[in-house]
Order: sequence, then structure tokens, then C-alpha cells
Amino acid sequence: MSNVRKEPSMEAQKQMLAGYFGELARAKEERRPVVYTFVPGNLVELLAAFDVAPVYPEVNALQSAMRQRSGGFIREAERAGHSEDVCSYVKCDLGMMMKGNVGPTGEALPPPDLLLLSFTGCFTFMKWFELLREQYKCEVAMLHVPYQGAGEVTPEMRAYVVEQLEREVIPKLEKVTGKKFDPDRLREQMVRSRKAEEDLAWVFRAARQRPSPIDAYFGGVYYIGPIFTSFRGSQAACDYYAQLRAEVEERLAAKAGPITPDGPLEHEKFRLVFEGPPNWTSFRDFWKVFSDEGAVAVASTYTQVGGTYERGFRHDPERPLESLADYCLSCYTNLSLPNRAAVLADMVKGYDADGFIIHSVKSCNSFSAGQLHLLREVEKLTGVPGGFIESDLVDARYYGHANIKNRVESYLQMLAARRAGAAAPGAPALAPEEVRP
Amino acid sequence: MSEVDVIVGELEARFDDLSYGHVRAWKDAAPGRLAIGCLPVFAPREVLWAAGALPVFVRGAGDRIDTVRGDAFFQSYICHLPRSSLELGLLGHLDALDGMMFPNTCDVIRNLSGIWQDAFPQHFVRFIDPPQTGERASATGYFRAELEDIFHELCTRSGRDPDPAHLAAATADYRVARQAARRLALARLEAPWNLPADEVYLLRRAGDAMPPRDWAALVDRYLAAAAERGRRAEDRIRVCVVGAFCEQPPRALLRAAERAGCYIVDDDLTMQLDADAIEPTGEPDDADPMAALVRAWLAGGRPSAVRYDEAGRAGRALADRVRATGADGVIFAAPSFCDPALLDQPRLTGVLDAAGIPYMAFKYAENTGQFQSIREQAGTFADSVKLWGAA
Ligand code: SF4
Ligand code: SF4
Repeated sequence: MSNVRKEPSMEAQKQMLAGYFGELARAKEERRPVVYTFVPGNLVELLAAFDVAPVYPEVNALQSAMRQRSGGFIREAERAGHSEDVCSYVKCDLGMMMKGNVGPTGEALPPPDLLLLSFTGCFTFMKWFELLREQYKCEVAMLHVPYQGAGEVTPEMRAYVVEQLEREVIPKLEKVTGKKFDPDRLREQMVRSRKAEEDLAWVFRAARQRPSPIDAYFGGVYYIGPIFTSFRGSQAACDYYAQLRAEVEERLAAKAGPITPDGPLEHEKFRLVFEGPPNWTSFRDFWKVFSDEGAVAVASTYTQVGGTYERGFRHDPERPLESLADYCLSCYTNLSLPNRAAVLADMVKGYDADGFIIHSVKSCNSFSAGQLHLLREVEKLTGVPGGFIESDLVDARYYGHANIKNRVESYLQMLAARRAGAAAPGAPALAPEEVRP
Repeated sequence: MSEVDVIVGELEARFDDLSYGHVRAWKDAAPGRLAIGCLPVFAPREVLWAAGALPVFVRGAGDRIDTVRGDAFFQSYICHLPRSSLELGLLGHLDALDGMMFPNTCDVIRNLSGIWQDAFPQHFVRFIDPPQTGERASATGYFRAELEDIFHELCTRSGRDPDPAHLAAATADYRVARQAARRLALARLEAPWNLPADEVYLLRRAGDAMPPRDWAALVDRYLAAAAERGRRAEDRIRVCVVGAFCEQPPRALLRAAERAGCYIVDDDLTMQLDADAIEPTGEPDDADPMAALVRAWLAGGRPSAVRYDEAGRAGRALADRVRATGADGVIFAAPSFCDPALLDQPRLTGVLDAAGIPYMAFKYAENTGQFQSIREQAGTFADSVKLWGAA
């Protein structure tokens, strides 16, 4: 990633991340309890209220992949008996652990005092933690977040999650930290979460403009970094999102496009919506396949796996536990497939996209199973044709540059031909703040 | 033709009837009867049965149809079961069913529930997410509400009164079926040469779509007939098969494994009635049968890859099971791309290694037609276990 041109906020984020891994490296020395947990449905405000340090195995996996280290970890896990068929995030994490649990920045990761399994939107998380638990003899807290099979959150589902927070998660946190739960501290975190969420949602909604000042997928994965992980609820996150918003406001005023690996995108030719996680091992190359063609992601579903802020979700300090429950229940991969199709269709229409791309990854059944159906459903709902490409998250063996490039180019050519045959689309003239998804 | 051949013939006919003619016949015999398709591996059988609905497990189509339309829904790196299950639906084979129930077995079945809602808008489609938490009190309230809702919804459809007495009667019916399942398992343990894996499998598959007491009677009829065979034990090793709980291997694969020198004495194919965790017991059943059902789920059962292994006992439980069944080793047989089964394997094999229990592993797809390499692998495994055992 060294050649990628960065926005100032990206530099700020890099510092935040380095600080985070540094804190983790010092956690044991500072007697700070460590909790391993997952991104979708994370309870970071609650963790911060107990002063624990959260570790996210998926973040380690993707960071390792961006540094070209995931291949070795995956092979290590496969040598230890893990199947080539299963989720590569899991194998990357286990392989890293087998090789001494040295994190992506080269600093050792501390072992957990608590494994907090918040099981949101992916069944494999549960298997992953069962494997981790074999290695660490520590406390385990399990939060079962029911799936929105019928397309809605029922009062019973919410009550079930809240009760588990009260009876399982909070008592375990009290046990490992020796501290009493203080709801006011949780509320304070949530006030800051909300502020950062507002700014992030504004940034994503800015992509409704032409040209879009952001790339909501390739750039978007940077934007979500702090809020999806350990920074939500912190002043650092508020500052970061305020800075990010100011940068985007500036670009919006200047009618400038997003910053791509090769600098600002001068001419927005295609507006696309993206479904599915990105490829991390060839992230820059993957991005360039699109940016070289003037294609900009105006919205994405991946940026909603850790919270659906652009669709209006906000943490609510007035009802902290219910709000944590709603947060977990509403993460994107916890939505039913018909709801996911509706979200995609809304984005295609609301962001005036020319098309949408489904990036299907071999690893992730949670995202991928059913994506061909999703493609047809979104086409039906929008009348817009979709493009379908495949690779993997952190297993470079499944990333085929030529194949992806060919497919994307043909798809974009098809969109161009389609546009030439239709009336020119009108650009929406609404300011981002005036439009809510 | 011997009685056992007659029964096996009947079982085969049922198995090959992809359109569930016998289910249709059962429904037609009385008004208001429903049949609800259930994807593997869990269904609240008693609740369905109490509401007048026959639970009918849909476990893909095996190698009995070509999946053409089903393949258009799933990428190559997704297992086969959801494709052939959809194919069955799209070809009209599931028209005898009044709805489908999807448990949270994995993300594939979870997402399949959404596809089903779109593809069959006329169906009653229900996703069920049984509690995985270790926190019993919250799980009790949540799960009870889920089951009550299903009960009332199905009663409305069948025209039945949602009377707890129906639940108590259904619980008693399934207790009879579970006892029969245990008799079957025990008989196989004692004389696997008289109860080939393929036949036991067919019998259990018949139980996937039969009223529980009828199935129990069929089991007893089969057991009596199979005992008459009087076959002698051959020099084969005894194995437990693990990992085949959802997508099913072709029957020929079971035959191939046995012919290669194994007796399958225990398996998780179809997750047997006696092992799939719900066996309501206890005094208050009659007063509050729903509470007993909920308690039974929360009490757990045989550890399975699709349920949170709260106590981390899956490996030890497998080793215990191997000893209890007198098995010489374990065959891990998992569907390709099956996250739950394949992610479990390393931690199970770790325990087996420590316990000195031999094992082998292979992957399959329900429609695979190639058994040669599996036969050779199983044969080599059996030979090495015999040698190792003699050493
Ligand atoms: S299956 Fe998908 S969501 Fe689940 S752990 Fe793997 S990559 Fe993450
Ligand atoms: S075979 Fe495995 S991955 Fe496929 S549906 Fe069944 S449990 Fe899920």
C-alpha cells in the first residue's frame, strides 16, 4: 500500500491504528484486560466503559493481507489441518496465532482475558471462537444475536439480546475487570458515537452528488475503519470524522472527485454501487481496475457490516442497552436476503448509480451464498444490470487480475452502450444533508 | 423375497419418490393436515406435529436429479445441498408441502431462506434461530416465544385449536420414535453385519417424512426381519462417521465404505432423532409441554458442529462415543465447502490424536459419482487399523 495516494484523514487514521496496536502491545504491562471480539455487532462502547482493550481478529487478518502476510498464515493453518474450503479470515488469524501472534504492525498481540463472541450476521464467527477458545483458557461470553429471517427486528429479539447483555456479557466484563458496570460511562461513549456516526453518514451521503467527492467502497473501507473497531465512542473518532467531513465538504464545494491510488479522479464516468467485501491482498490493484475506467463507488454494502449509519442507525444514549441490541441486530449481514436486495436497490436509485457490482468472495458464505439471486433481484427492482466478479478476502490464490479486469471492462462497456442508447441521466441537485436514504 | 428385502424395497421406493407421494397421501387422508418442509438439521418436530403438520426433512436431492436451475443461484464454492433443494422446489417436487422451515444451521441455509421467500412467495417460510447463548434465562423466554409463534401460526393454518394437550400428545409420539431410534442404533452396534449402513440410512430417511409412531412400527418391523438374517461377522473394522449431518453423501458412498472393510456403527447422517438435542423429559411435561420442549433444547444433546459448543466438549464427547460404540476409528466425511463441519475437524482430530484413536477424512458432494478413491482410502484405513490394532 506504500504507493497509494492518501487523504490527510487517512494519515490521521494511520496514526490512530499505530497507536492502537501500540496500546495493545502494552496492555498486559499496564494490566489492562484484553477482549477479543468481532467487528459486526461489536460492543465497543460497553468495552470502553470497562476500560478493556479490544482485539478484532478480522482486522488483524485484513491488515495482514494488505501487508502481503496472509498467504503464509493461511498455509500455516492449512498445514495444521484446516480445509482449503473454509473462510480464509479464520485461517489467517489462526495461522498468525500459530506463528506467535505477532500483529500486522510487528508488535505482539496480547492474549485475551475474555473472548466476547457477539455472533452477528455470520455463523462462522461461532466456529472461529470455538477454535480460539481451544488455545486460550480464558473467560468466554456468548451473545447470540438472532438473524432477521423475516426481515424485521421483533420486540422479542431485542429483549433477548438486552437480557443477554445484562445477564451474560456485563457480568463477565465485571468479572474480568473487577469493575462495576457504570451505565453513565456507557452513555457518555454513546454520545460521542452518535456524533461520529452523524459525520460518517454525512460523508457517505455526499456521494449522491455528481461528481461524487468520495469513493464509498475503496475509500469507504478507510472511512469505516475507526468507527467499526476500537475507536467508536472515543474523542479521537469524533475528531477523525470531523476532519474527514471537512475534507469531503471541501471537495464537494470544489466539485472534485475522490482521491484514488493515482490521485484525484478527474472525470467520473461511471457511478457504481458495490456489494460484498473487497479483496485485501491486491487491494490497490483491485481499486485501480475501476478507477482507471473512471468508475466510482457511490455506495456499498460492505461499509454497513459494522453499522448501518447511512441508513439512519444511531446509538442512543437514552436507551443504551436497547440501542446496542438494535445495533447488533441491524448490521448488514444480519439482514434477510430480500432486505439486502432492497438495500442495494435503494442505493442504486438513491445514489443515481449506473450499475452495481457484486464482488463475491469464496471465503464468506455469509455474504456470498445467494449473491447470484441477489443480482437478479436487484436487477428486477431497479431495471439496472449488475456485474458479477469473484475472488477472495485474504487468500491471494483466488485473486485473478486479468479475469476481473476483463469482466469489469466488458461490464462498463455494456453500461456505456446502454447509456448511449438512453436519455442522458439527470444529476440530482440535492445537497447531501437534504437527502436521507 | 425375504421380509427384510420387502422392507428395503419399500424404503427405496420412498427414498426415490422425490415428490413425496406418501406425504401427499397422508395429507389427503384427513382434512386440515399440513406438511412442512424442514431444512437440516433442526426442526421443532413436536411443535409442528402438535399443530397438525408433518415435519418433512428436505435434505437436498442427492444424486437423483441433475441440478440445472439450482446452480444458477449459487457460485461454485458453495456446497450442493441448497442447489438441489431449490431444484426440487422449482421442479414442483415439493408441491405437497405447505411451507418450509429454515433453521440457523449455517449461513448458506440462512440465506437460502431468503431466496425461498422470493422464489416461492406462496409458501409459508419460517426461519428459526434457536438460542446459542449459555445464558439460560434469556434464552428460555426468547425460544418459547419463537415456538409459541410457530405453533399458533400453524394451528391457524391447519384449523386446530392451539391446545397444550396437542403438544403433550406430540411429545409422547416423538418419545416413541426416539425410543425406536435408540433401539435401531443399539441393534446396529450389536450386529452391524445384519444392519448394513445403507439400510439403516434408508430407514432413518423414511423417518424424515413419516408420522412418528408409524415410523417406530416400521423400525421394529425392520429390526425383527434383519435379525432373521443370521449373517456372520466379517473381519472389518468398526467406524463412526462424523460430519455428514447436513448435505448427505450418496448411498453408494456408504456402501463403498462398508465394502472396503468397515462396519459403520455410529454416524451423524441426518442427525438422528435420539441425538438431535431435543428430548423433552420430566414431570411438568403434561402441565406445560412447551416449557419441557424449551428446556430440552437448552439442556443440549450430542455436541454438534451447528450448535455452540459451550463447554468445549465436542472432542472429548467424540472420543467417548468412539469408546462407547467399540469403534476402531473415525471417518470424517464432510460436504465440500461446509464451514461448520470442516471448521470442527481440526479440533476433533486433535482430541483423537491425543487419545490414540485413528481416523481418516474425505470430502464429498451429494451428487458425486466417483467413489473409487474413497473406497481405496477406506480400504487402506481399514487395513492399517487392523495392523495397528494387532501390533
Ligand atoms: S464467513 Fe465472512 S463474515 Fe464470517 S468470518 Fe468469514 S469473512 Fe467474516
Ligand atoms: S452442507 Fe454445510 S455449508 Fe452446506 S448447507 Fe449444510 S451445513 Fe451449510
